[in-house]
Amino acid sequence: MKRALIAFAALAAIGAPAAAVAAETVAIINARLETAAGAGIIPNGTIVLKDGRIAAVGAGVTAPAGARVIDAAGGVVTPGLIAPSTSLTVSEVEQVTSTRDDRSGSLSAGFDISYGVNPASTMIPLARQTGLTRVVATPVLSRGGGGHQDDSGAEDFAGGGGPGDGDPAMFAGQAAIVTLAAGDSDPVVMARVAVTLDLGEAGARNAGGSRGAALVLVRAALQDTRAYARNRGAYDRGETRQFGLSRVDLEALIPVVEGRIPLLVRVHRASDILQVLRLAREEKIKVILEGVEEGWLVAREIAAAGAPVIIDSQADLPDSFESLGARLDNAARLQAAGVTVAIMGSRDINNLRQARFNAGLAVANGLPREAAMATLTANPARMWGMTTVGTLEVGKEADVVLWNGDPLETSTWPLAVFIGGVEQTRSTRAFELRDRYATPNAMGYPPAYQ
Amino acid sequence: MTSRIRAVLTATVTAALLAACASTGATPARPASSGPAKPIPTGLDPAARPDPFPSTYAALPSRPTAIRGATILTATGQVIPGGVIVLSGGRILAVGGPDTPIPEGVTVIDGTGKWVTPGIIDAHSHLGVYPSPSVPSRSDGNEAIDPVTANVWAEHSIWPQDPGFNRARAGGVTTLQILPGSANLIGGRSVTVRNVPSVTMQGMKFPGAPYGMKMACGENPKRVYGGKSRAPSTPMGNVAGYRRAWIDAAEYGRKWDDYRAKIEKGEKADPPKRDLGLDTLLGVLRGEILVQNHCYRADEMAVMIDIAKEFGYRISMFHHASEAYKIGPLLAKEGICFATWADWQGFKMEAFDGIEANAAIAFRAGACTVIHSDDPTITQRLNQEAAIAMAAGNRIGLKITEAEAIAWITLNPARAMGIDGQTGSLVAGKRADVVLWSANPFSIYAQADQVFIDGALVYDRRDPRFQPKSDFELGQPGEGAFHP
Repeated sequence: MKRALIAFAALAAIGAPAAAVAAETVAIINARLETAAGAGIIPNGTIVLKDGRIAAVGAGVTAPAGARVIDAAGGVVTPGLIAPSTSLTVSEVEQVTSTRDDRSGSLSAGFDISYGVNPASTMIPLARQTGLTRVVATPVLSRGGGGHQDDSGAEDFAGGGGPGDGDPAMFAGQAAIVTLAAGDSDPVVMARVAVTLDLGEAGARNAGGSRGAALVLVRAALQDTRAYARNRGAYDRGETRQFGLSRVDLEALIPVVEGRIPLLVRVHRASDILQVLRLAREEKIKVILEGVEEGWLVAREIAAAGAPVIIDSQADLPDSFESLGARLDNAARLQAAGVTVAIMGSRDINNLRQARFNAGLAVANGLPREAAMATLTANPARMWGMTTVGTLEVGKEADVVLWNGDPLETSTWPLAVFIGGVEQTRSTRAFELRDRYATPNAMGYPPAYQ
Repeated sequence: MTSRIRAVLTATVTAALLAACASTGATPARPASSGPAKPIPTGLDPAARPDPFPSTYAALPSRPTAIRGATILTATGQVIPGGVIVLSGGRILAVGGPDTPIPEGVTVIDGTGKWVTPGIIDAHSHLGVYPSPSVPSRSDGNEAIDPVTANVWAEHSIWPQDPGFNRARAGGVTTLQILPGSANLIGGRSVTVRNVPSVTMQGMKFPGAPYGMKMACGENPKRVYGGKSRAPSTPMGNVAGYRRAWIDAAEYGRKWDDYRAKIEKGEKADPPKRDLGLDTLLGVLRGEILVQNHCYRADEMAVMIDIAKEFGYRISMFHHASEAYKIGPLLAKEGICFATWADWQGFKMEAFDGIEANAAIAFRAGACTVIHSDDPTITQRLNQEAAIAMAAGNRIGLKITEAEAIAWITLNPARAMGIDGQTGSLVAGKRADVVLWSANPFSIYAQADQVFIDGALVYDRRDPRFQPKSDFELGQPGEGAFHP
């Protein structure tokens, strides 16, 4: 699986953005460097950003002449954080459906999330202030996206769509890698990097009520895709049997059945995870698993299959009958078994800050501290085939964050965020609101004049 | 209602007085001169049994215990390094510095390097009414059939086996306010519970704690009912709905007052028909029941304050209050607490202006600040939620200390729930609701090592004997052992 991942990674690298043009040379000195790479944690070192790349990193490095020198004074430098599965950039206000482009409603696998990416989202600057520099925007079913207790309670009465209402058959669509660089008018680093699929209870609902139907439909779709790919001409002439999915959906699944991109499968129960691993083995496809609350029960099998996982390490409630075994040490146990683990924050775009705290929580529950940084950076980069980011290593793109302390702690924040070597603005809509009300207008005018 | 009870109930609500009130509940009200009037049959006189589902809570077995050497946050502004706290007979016997004497025979826990705080209080929980697993047959927090359901009581929807109670306890939560949801303008009564495992809801009820009444501003009620093509469908419909309810309540109160006045004078009179919803509203008007008002926007909070003044009741706390930072001085002046998250914003229009520094800015403006959960996950880490809110303030130089922020999740929610006389701070004589943390509780790495409720050890991170499991989780994957 490792080799396969590298092959996939090489493909994704084609889509890496060119180094930002306005990148200056910056040296951050006196920093604790959490490299998320072989060098581990360097307690006191220097990192040099030049031409949009990391030019040097280590304890013995000196700032080059002419570089802007930032004295971290003991602060921490990490790779930019990567959200491994999110609606950020394709959704603005969760309950205002007109602002949501994270789900199709009509297409299945063919839905391409990259067309809806909005670099002007007010949530992006806020996400940078949680240390995020890059995300994977992944489609959800119309019931996806989380929500908190109070409002999900109300949701039951709001006619907000029953289970699977308006959802296409099985697949939610194609994911995209997006940079959070300010001012980037074309922030999609790479489109169509995976097809997403909800199994377990959501998949069963979507298939009309049970898991047995869901997996049959998925397997049939993969077989149809192969048949279609073998003979497009016959399809165009109407000489094939009828396929369950449309032409655009089948087209989207071709790179999946050919093993060029993974299927991102949202799955929770241990037995469902094993079914997905079997599906991957038998259909010879790559999978990334998301959710995986009961992953610790089958950690060895996940590791043996080489399937990376994306988890929310806060999940410890038997929230549904498919997550009865949810535990706070899921991340630690999966990592110990050799699984590549990425930790996500809340799926909700307004709660992205939770990712780094979730990594801290995983540490409190047994995940080694050094491994925790990788769950936010190197691991999501690796599983999504981003070869040019995710670690502090020479030659990598300079997606780098300077923190005023331990980035997993509640008491810290980013002092500077660099994407492609360019320092990002600290301004966010939320901060403008904050500052408007934190300091009353000296003229005695309403806040609107501030 | 006897004049004695009425005097109690119209007095300022304090936990002690309410306890007195509850203890008289068993004695049905009788007119002073019974004369020809027949007693009102049981259940038809609202004053007869103000507490018809009485608490059967009893503290779990405890032994005198002292924690020595820990950093103690009292929630009254003090930080005591290397302090001593002594728990005895379910109460806090003493809190002080290293020299505080520990009586003989007391079990001593070495707290060196650890921290001690009051038990965490979650002022906004739906545990039990929206339990885990989240399935339609247990989605019991909103009686969304009418915009005013002051007649329903959250306690009647509580499923005590909700595994979420155990998770919350492992996060140091010792007391919770369980509220109805926000589908309705007036959603019904909340109830305050001790976070102890119990087969019955009554076994959890906080003895003597006043009831709350849930009200909801904004988008939820108008969405739920507007979606059914009935009022309210706008904020103006919301406001008309609250005002009509208060008018009905005042009228109902007047009928009972007239009736009792006639009986007092020995005149013949028929008692008004009891109305459970109006009983609750009247309880608010008389100061017995505390208003817990879901409200996100600053402008809507200001309107709710005016409605309260129009009808003569107090709002105890605004919940969610994403825009408290815009009206901190107003909240401070009116003496209304606000409860919010560190930063759960943007998910709908009325939360679009939520900011991480919300709590910190309004706190520095003098408002009574509370961090709540409204969520079975966040409730497990209210200490860290408060930490994030504190850091957001300190990022702009508000210099909020741990000694201050601990009150956001202990003493201040106790105050807004009317139980601050009994719990919420580490003061001699109060209930011994105490958490021993593995580290500074505002750290992401902190874990609750031991949790005490009324002096009894109810959770121990290292001892499976003190890690209770819900009946539901027996025989299930993981067997409810959620903690490493």
